[in-house]
Amino acid sequence: MSNDVLIKVDNVSKKFCRTLKRSLWYGVKDVVGEVFCRAGNQDDLRTGEFWSVKDVSFELKRGECLGLIGPNGAGKSTLLKMLNGLIKPDRGEIRMRGRVGALIELGAGFNPILTGRENIYVNGSVLGLRKKEIDRKLEAIIEFAEIEDALDTPVQNYSSGMKVRLGFAIAAQMEPDVLLIDEVLAVGDAGFQMKCFNKINEISQKAAVIFVSHSMHYVGRISSDVLLMGGGLTVYSGKSVQEGISRYFENFQNKQLLISGSGKAKLEHLQLSTNGNCDADDLLEIDYGDDLQVQMQLSIDNSVKQFRVSLAFFDRTMQIVAECSSLAATGKHFSDLQDMCLLQIVIPKMLLSNGVYSVTFSVTGVDGNDWGEVLLRCQNAKQIKVMGGFPMAFAPVQLPSNWLLN
Amino acid sequence: MMSNLALKETVYSPDSQLRNPRLLVREMLADLMASRGLAWRLFVRNISAQYRQSLLGYLWAFLPPLFTMAVWVFLNEQNIINVEDPGIPDPVFVLTGTVLWQTFVDAINSPLKVVNESRGMLAKINFPREALILAGLGEVLFNFAIRVLLLVAIFTWFQIAVPATVPLVLPGVLALITLGLMFGILLTPLGVLYSDIGRGISIITGFWFFLTPVVYPMPKSGIAAEFAQLNPVTPVLITVREWLTLGRASQLTGFWIVSTVSVVFLLFGWLLYRIAMPHLIARMSA
Repeated sequence: MSNDVLIKVDNVSKKFCRTLKRSLWYGVKDVVGEVFCRAGNQDDLRTGEFWSVKDVSFELKRGECLGLIGPNGAGKSTLLKMLNGLIKPDRGEIRMRGRVGALIELGAGFNPILTGRENIYVNGSVLGLRKKEIDRKLEAIIEFAEIEDALDTPVQNYSSGMKVRLGFAIAAQMEPDVLLIDEVLAVGDAGFQMKCFNKINEISQKAAVIFVSHSMHYVGRISSDVLLMGGGLTVYSGKSVQEGISRYFENFQNKQLLISGSGKAKLEHLQLSTNGNCDADDLLEIDYGDDLQVQMQLSIDNSVKQFRVSLAFFDRTMQIVAECSSLAATGKHFSDLQDMCLLQIVIPKMLLSNGVYSVTFSVTGVDGNDWGEVLLRCQNAKQIKVMGGFPMAFAPVQLPSNWLLN
Repeated sequence: MMSNLALKETVYSPDSQLRNPRLLVREMLADLMASRGLAWRLFVRNISAQYRQSLLGYLWAFLPPLFTMAVWVFLNEQNIINVEDPGIPDPVFVLTGTVLWQTFVDAINSPLKVVNESRGMLAKINFPREALILAGLGEVLFNFAIRVLLLVAIFTWFQIAVPATVPLVLPGVLALITLGLMFGILLTPLGVLYSDIGRGISIITGFWFFLTPVVYPMPKSGIAAEFAQLNPVTPVLITVREWLTLGRASQLTGFWIVSTVSVVFLLFGWLLYRIAMPHLIARMSA
C-alpha cells in the first residue's frame, strides 16, 4: 500500500439474502462458522442469496474525493458499511488508514427526551469525540447548527431539519483522515445544504472522502473520482466525473415518445438535420457551432384560428437547458391556416455543450387574449447529440466569446 | 503533506478474527478502554431519559421487590405456604432475596436489551461495542444501589444489626451480576436474530424464581432440594444473603465454583458478542 493511499479496496464482495427467515439462519451459521474459524472467502451463493456488492476495487488518497453513485439498490450503502467496518466483506479485502469518520445517519443515538445540549455530548461520544474535545468545540457546534434558542429543549420538539443540523454540526467536528458520507444533504433547507457542502469540501482537502449522493450537481462539484455502481457491480470507475455522471443518467433514460394535448394538432412529420445530414433512429449528431434545421409538418384542426410552436431541449437530468419559440422569434402567432402546415425552423449555431439532449415541442392554439390551449405536446420527439465542443464544459451552454490579453 | 505512515491501519477481510487471536485480544482490550467514556454517556443518557418522562421516577426501582415482599409475607402469615424459619424476620428475608434475585434478572436481561435498543446506532456507526454492555452493567448497578436504600430502611425498621461480613456483600453482588451477565451475553447473538430468545428469557426467569431459594430457605430434602443444588444461582444468592444478614456462609464452595466458571464464560461471551456483531448487523434491517 503506497504511502498516501488511505483507502484500498480490493475485489470486495458481499452477499445478502432475500428472505428474512433464511437470512437469519445464515446469520447464525456465519457466527458459528467464525467461532470455529471456518470463515474465509466465500465464493458460492447459498439458496436465496445474491451479490449485493461484487468485485469492487478502488484506491483513494488524501485530498481525493470519490463520488459513489448509482441507482437505488446498487450496493452503495452496503459498500459504505463495509468500509466503516460495520459488516464484513464475504470476499476481498479492505484496508483503511487513520481515523475514520462517517456521516451516515445524522443524529443516530439522539435521545428524544434529552435536550439538544445533552445530546451533543451523547452523540459526540458515539462518534468517538472525548468529553474535553466536545467541551472545546461546543460553541462551534452550536453556532454551526444555528439552534441557540432550542439548545435546552428536548430533541423530540425539534423539526427534522433542526435534528439534521445538530447532527451534522456534531459530526463535522470530527477531524477524520477518512470521511464517509451517505446522502446527508438531502434534508435541511438550501442555506444549510450549502453550508454543509462547503464544510465537506473543506474537510475533503485534508482527508480521503467517499461521497454517496443522488444529487449529481453536488457530486460533480466535489468529486475528483467517480465510482458508478449498478446491481452490485462496478459500471464505471475513473477520474472522469462527467462521464460517470452521464452514465448514471443512462439508467433513467426515458426515450419513449410521450404525446399529450387536446389532439387538435397532429404531427405528420418531423425531421432534424444539420449540414444536409438528417437524423437517424430519431438521433441527430451535430457539431458544436453548426446550424440546426428542423422541419415539421402539422395538421391543424379547423377550429384553431391561431397557434404558436415552441421547442425545448432537456439534458440527461431532465432539466430544461434551452428553448426557442415561434412567438419570441416572430413576435406574432401563426394565422391564415391551411389543413396542413409545414414549418421550417433554423437554429443558427448550436451553443449547447457536448452531450445528448432530448427535444420536446409543443403547439399551442390561441383564441383571443388568453394563454391558449395546448393542442399537441411531444416529449422526447427527437434527440440530438452535440459533439466537438469544449471538452471541459460544466455548464449546458457554451457562450461564444472574444478574449484579449493586454 | 502529512505522513500517513504513523496512521493506524485497519484491515477488513472475510477471515475469522480468531485466526489472529493476539490482535483480537489486543483490540478487545483497547476497545474496552476506549469505550469507558461512551459507556458513561450512554448510561447517564438512559438513566436520565428513563426517569424524566415518569411521575413516580425512581420509585419504579423500589416497587417490584416491595410488592413481591408484601405478597410473600402475606402468604406466609396466612400459613398458605409453609417455609422453615430462616432465622431473621420474614420481611427482611424475603426482601433481601428478591432484591438480589431482581439484580440477577436485570443482569441477564441487560445485554440483549441494550443491544436491541441500539440497533439503529449499531447499524450506522462504528463505535466500541463494549460500551453498550458497560452502559447496561451501569444500569444494573444503579438499580441495585437504589434498592440498597430499601434494604437499609427495612434493616433499620426491624433493628437488625449487620454482621461483620457485610463488606463482602458488594463483591458478592458483583459475582451474582457476573453470573447473570454471562447468561445474558451468551444469549445476545441469537437473541438479536430471533425474538424467541427474549420472550424465552422472561418466561424462564419467572420459573427460575420459584426453583431458587429466594423467598424460602434452602430446602433440605426432596426434588426442590435437588433442583436448588443444581441451580447455579443458589450458592451465590444464598452466600450473599448470609453475608448480609447472618454473618456466615454455608455454601462458600459452590459460590467460588460458580463465580469462577461464570467469569470464564463471561469472557467467552464477550468474544462471541464481538465476533458475532458484524454478522448480526448484516442481518439487521437498516
